[in-house]
Amino acid sequence: MAGFLAGLPTWVLSVAYLVAAVLFIHGLREMTHPRTAARGNQISAAGMVLAVGVTVLWFEILSPWLLLAALLVGSAIGAWLAMRVALTEMPQLVGLFNGFGGGASALVAGAELVDRVGGGGPLPPEVTGAAAVAGIVGAVTFWGSLVAAGKLQDVLGDPIRYTGEHAVKAIVLAVAILAGGYLVVQPGVLGPAPLAGWVPAYWFLVVAASLLGVLLVAPIGGADMPVVIALLNAYSGLAAATTGFVLDNSVLIIAGTLVGASGMILTVVMCRSMNRSLANVLVGGFGETATAGAAAEDVYEGRVKSTSPEEVEMLLDAARRVVIVPGYGMAVGQAQHAVAELAELLAANGVEVEFGIHPVAGRMPGHMNVLLADADVPYEWMKELDEVNPSFPRTDVVIVTGANDVVNPSAETDPSSPIAGMPVLEVWEADTVIVNKRSLSPGYAGIPNPLFARDNTYMLFGDARESMQALVAEYKANR
Amino acid sequence: MTFVENLTLFVLAAFVGYEVITKIPATLHTPLMSGANAISGITLIGSVLVAGSGNTTLATALGFVAVVIAAVNVVGGYLVSHRMLRQFGRRREE
Repeated sequence: MAGFLAGLPTWVLSVAYLVAAVLFIHGLREMTHPRTAARGNQISAAGMVLAVGVTVLWFEILSPWLLLAALLVGSAIGAWLAMRVALTEMPQLVGLFNGFGGGASALVAGAELVDRVGGGGPLPPEVTGAAAVAGIVGAVTFWGSLVAAGKLQDVLGDPIRYTGEHAVKAIVLAVAILAGGYLVVQPGVLGPAPLAGWVPAYWFLVVAASLLGVLLVAPIGGADMPVVIALLNAYSGLAAATTGFVLDNSVLIIAGTLVGASGMILTVVMCRSMNRSLANVLVGGFGETATAGAAAEDVYEGRVKSTSPEEVEMLLDAARRVVIVPGYGMAVGQAQHAVAELAELLAANGVEVEFGIHPVAGRMPGHMNVLLADADVPYEWMKELDEVNPSFPRTDVVIVTGANDVVNPSAETDPSSPIAGMPVLEVWEADTVIVNKRSLSPGYAGIPNPLFARDNTYMLFGDARESMQALVAEYKANR
Repeated sequence: MTFVENLTLFVLAAFVGYEVITKIPATLHTPLMSGANAISGITLIGSVLVAGSGNTTLATALGFVAVVIAAVNVVGGYLVSHRMLRQFGRRREE
């Protein structure tokens, strides 16, 4: 069946793609403010409907019903996942979707090569070269995202480390690049005759890149996932953009590049927030360097004071300004609703309440903000590191719940610490700090936290949700 | 289009993306990621093209698999973003 719009001049298609690209950019622009962001997302979705709709109607589709079925099946799965997955499981879901985009791009680039060979068409080097890049980046994205999602879902366990892992990764990458090089210089000699139509060099490259994706993410620990997810996000965009080069399609290039830029910016923001280079995150965790610094007993011995919800309530009673610092522990304990209720009660009582949110708190960029927004915390209360840090000296009480490394003063005071130089929330500048934590166990960086031993710090030991609910109950009882 | 024209688009889009996205506040980084991720599902267009043309059965089959997973990416990404952004856009009832 010929496309419904096939009679129109080709510039109509190009203009439709241009409009779609403008809608993507405008949609992203609307995302610069929380109030207009939802509309921005809809504008971007409208661009997608236009681009896909025009494509379906323009080109000759050999089996339109099958295509419709495939679109419906994919959309139904996507919608089902998006609506039923709990907000606390967002990091793994976003990771999974990244992977699907990358995987689709790798398949499309390969299918285009197979299609050209089958149709007897030419395979110029810019096509095979772009396909090689799309194949490597797409396959790394797909498998890397699956591993990342598996780790976030706790299906896969601890970081997998072994001697010589960097050499193994380098060799696998070299194999993938060599296969890509072969594809570019030898397009006429595609492989043994019965297989030639399959373009075996491309699939060999995809297999090597898939292995690389698994090897790259497997050694990386949970708290570094914000960087990994952001980087895979960038890769999914780059894969789409390079597929655009393969297909000579402008809107693929523009949209894919926008996503690539977005992911790269987030990656850089995350790395900077940990004072680590991207290479350092990818090469391995904090584990190896953690021998430096003081032993836990020396730091905590006889200096840690624990407190009770009753005592904290009394402190809150006298406070005029309270800052709450959430961490991954809040997400794990599903404490966001109790935390939000406490903030609401304080605010209703005339206390100035803010949330101090570190960029790498949680498992993906902006993780805490999403959980708090879902618990009805107004976004005006959520402050970034640079905004909230100068306000700690005039803050009466800070409540840290489920955070550890991001409030560790060693980052500023101990140059030998593994987290030295990492920007941290200077909560100790406040009059009193309440740290809600299950125990004194170290955070991801594996180092003790001198904050817990400070004179103005009191430990509220216990599960995040139970402790916050106890505080809420206590606060209500005294009103 | 020639390779260089495509490269021009790529470079210019990278600059536009950089300028726009650096202005997005940290609060919105999660919905930004899922929304951007949905945009990367634009590869769905490519999937439709290869699934529809079909010089060989293999290319068509690969294309159809790509259509399904790219559609999951697009629809899932936009809906998840929408679900999160709805919470941010809501005004507080005082």
